[in-house]
Amino acid sequence: MKSFSALFSAIDATTSTTAKIAHLAAYFQSAPEPDRVWCIALFSGRRPKRAVTTTKLTEWATEAAGIAPWLFEESYAVTGDLAETIALLLPPPEGTIHLTLTEAIKEVQSLHAEEDAQRKARVLALWATLPEDQRLVFNKLLTGGFRLGVSRKLMTRALAQATGLDEATLAHRLMGAWEPASTPWDAFTEEASEDVSRPYPFALAHGLEGAPESLGAPEEWQAEWKWDGIRGQIIVRNGALHIWSRGEELMTDRFPEFAPLPDFLPNGTVLDGEIVAWDGSKPLPFAALQTRIGRKSVTKKALSEAPAHFLAYDLLETGGTDLRSAPLSRRRAKLDRLLATLPSTLPISPSPLVPFTSWESLAEARAKAREAQAEGLMLKRRESPYFIGRKKGDWWKWKLDPLTIDAVMIYAQAGHGRRANLFTDFTFAVRDGNSLVPFTKAYSGLTDAEFREITQWVRKNTLERFGPVRSVPAHHVFEIAFEGIQRSTRHKSGVALRFPRMLRWRHDKTPDQADTLAHLHELLAQYG
Amino acid sequence: MTPVLTFTDKGIYCPAGDFFIDPWKRVDRALITHGHADHARPGMGRYLATEAALPVMSMRLGTIQAEGIRYGERRRIGDATVSFHPAGHVPGSAQIRVEVGGEIWVVSGDYKIENDGFSEPFEPVTCHSFITESTFGLPVFRWEPQAHIAAQLSRWWATNAAEVRVSFLGAYSLGKAQRLLSMLDPAQGPILTHSAIEATNDVLRAQGYALPPTQRITPETDRKAQSGAIILCPPSALGSAWAKRFGPSSEAMASGWMRLRGIRRRRGADTGFVISDHADWPGLLSAIKDTSAENIYVTHGYTDIFARHLTELGLNAAVVPTEFGGETGADAPELEGEA
Repeated sequence: MKSFSALFSAIDATTSTTAKIAHLAAYFQSAPEPDRVWCIALFSGRRPKRAVTTTKLTEWATEAAGIAPWLFEESYAVTGDLAETIALLLPPPEGTIHLTLTEAIKEVQSLHAEEDAQRKARVLALWATLPEDQRLVFNKLLTGGFRLGVSRKLMTRALAQATGLDEATLAHRLMGAWEPASTPWDAFTEEASEDVSRPYPFALAHGLEGAPESLGAPEEWQAEWKWDGIRGQIIVRNGALHIWSRGEELMTDRFPEFAPLPDFLPNGTVLDGEIVAWDGSKPLPFAALQTRIGRKSVTKKALSEAPAHFLAYDLLETGGTDLRSAPLSRRRAKLDRLLATLPSTLPISPSPLVPFTSWESLAEARAKAREAQAEGLMLKRRESPYFIGRKKGDWWKWKLDPLTIDAVMIYAQAGHGRRANLFTDFTFAVRDGNSLVPFTKAYSGLTDAEFREITQWVRKNTLERFGPVRSVPAHHVFEIAFEGIQRSTRHKSGVALRFPRMLRWRHDKTPDQADTLAHLHELLAQYG
Repeated sequence: MTPVLTFTDKGIYCPAGDFFIDPWKRVDRALITHGHADHARPGMGRYLATEAALPVMSMRLGTIQAEGIRYGERRRIGDATVSFHPAGHVPGSAQIRVEVGGEIWVVSGDYKIENDGFSEPFEPVTCHSFITESTFGLPVFRWEPQAHIAAQLSRWWATNAAEVRVSFLGAYSLGKAQRLLSMLDPAQGPILTHSAIEATNDVLRAQGYALPPTQRITPETDRKAQSGAIILCPPSALGSAWAKRFGPSSEAMASGWMRLRGIRRRRGADTGFVISDHADWPGLLSAIKDTSAENIYVTHGYTDIFARHLTELGLNAAVVPTEFGGETGADAPELEGEA
């Protein structure tokens, strides 16, 4: 862990992408093989599962540090990162133990099988003997959080640099279900082994800013609805079905509706599309799909109330041949032909194209996206290949303008990580007679300077503290933007918003000019 | 009975001697702990500070009516007896001891416990009541010995030089900058300074404080020929157009706040050296213990937290009212802090 901690510090100490890649590449060239594989795993979201609850870790660290629990809490609130807080509070180490990254991860994983008392003893012993500069990384492994300003793309580039292999090939080999503990380094550097479940890296789009006229001739473009579901890949190979989310989670068992597909789709078929909850002719709101996510077993009720459906966007593989370099127009034609052969009872259909002859007519279609339960449009160049990751030029999201409401800030909480010590997480309320009803939280949308300004204000105007949360006088009005609104019995306001964020700080408005609960319910009636 | 010191909207006041300590509004008579801008403000009728602190104060405040006092020297003002004692914060910095009718209060000003080999080292002063700062009054703040930081600094400079980069080190221009200079080995390469820092260097050198040779950056300095050099500058100059003209560089901040990763990343500096002229958590606690004071007044920093902890230790601790100190500790990382 000495060299991995040094890598962590080196990456942490620079804002330059080139330097980060150079540090990672050097690590890939010098670290022992299993450590290299774990490094890839950690930076592609394959963290070891959390072995100890944060409550327990907090309790043990407080004890080891010899301070009062409230003092630990205050330290955490200022530091903004649990792993770091613990690393900073522990007394200096008493001995020195040397573990490789792989050994440290094994230590963490073996905690799963232990009783609490035994876990505690082992964690305390490691804290007391690990060198001070390795504690943070170790704690990050313990807490299961491992974010460090290294995107998967950046890591893949470093790997390409270290191995001399093509980035796209590596990106593909890094996809899917591989276990870091049992995967040899060769699996990435040698000709791909047979992994029938391996998905392709997803192609992603940037948001279109301004009007589509800048894209050129409309006939070069294809338009389809941008659905608000779960982006996924359906893979049928060797008679078996694999369904992957964009976050590379294997979701096959969550959606039993798709189980019959291997009987109808030929082997060597890979589809890109959106999983949605289906009302028979169009998607249900995202909230319906949410009842299907996050639970391992699927209830009968959920299956009948929110049946899953796959709206296919693209065909990436057919007959075992990688189609990604073929133009979209050809892939789409093949997709339509393939799906036309399937019985209509199967929960799969091509995501319909939105016809248009001019950019004006497309703008009219976009205005009706909410009626179709869509977030807006996707524009794809007909000649485009299926590229890797987020690229500018060939694919664009052209989303609807968000819904907005003016709301009053009533609670504030400090952020984490880079935003530690700054108030960035706020609760907002609408007016209801003489009272204020909280209805949403929002964390993003302000500039750093605005966050600093509001932080100063919160510090000077705190009314009450509830742990890390502070109540403040109703004074500041913000325009909150959101993508959708749903009825919710879990919130006092009766609504839940989709993707709320702060669009503008309305310095020009006073709290009595904020919107009302009645207005919020009108929006619910109109768009819910 | 009137307390020896009271807290007013102008600052700490001594009724028996009719003077203020580090006031922020205009008063007739001000006793000043040290020359930093939040302690030594312009516009006072008369100033009293240590002889070692006066030259820098004059440079910063212009023509002032000021009198110097030696460390340890006792002086009668009205019914109060005052004396100044080293605070170890920056050259010339002092704690101010005020005695009235056998009752002793000490105002710490800003202080650190570690002897940095440059400022007059901190001396504990026994008292009944101690007014302490709490800039780093949270247990996450713990400093390494200065020698460790000096070694890190030297390695960083050497690495940059080997990779043909200029090393920019951001530090407050009074105190921190000179302390860092005193930690550098001039044999390692040229040491350059921003004019804001060199102005203070001139004053301190004239007083006899030992600093390594430095070159002031002027419009004539050849900016493309400094790749092996270290440049000390105020934090605000890091990443500025002025700094960019020197070509490839690495930028570091030297501050106690660099202990926290989030703050270091927000500042955007490549490297953070955790070094402060304020006491760390163990330092604050040991300083308070050494005063034997029964009453502790906490100001400047994590006041609520630190006072609560002191109370749990069995001391009589109170936060000096917010309009006096405020939550400046938590705000400091956003400012051009002296931490």
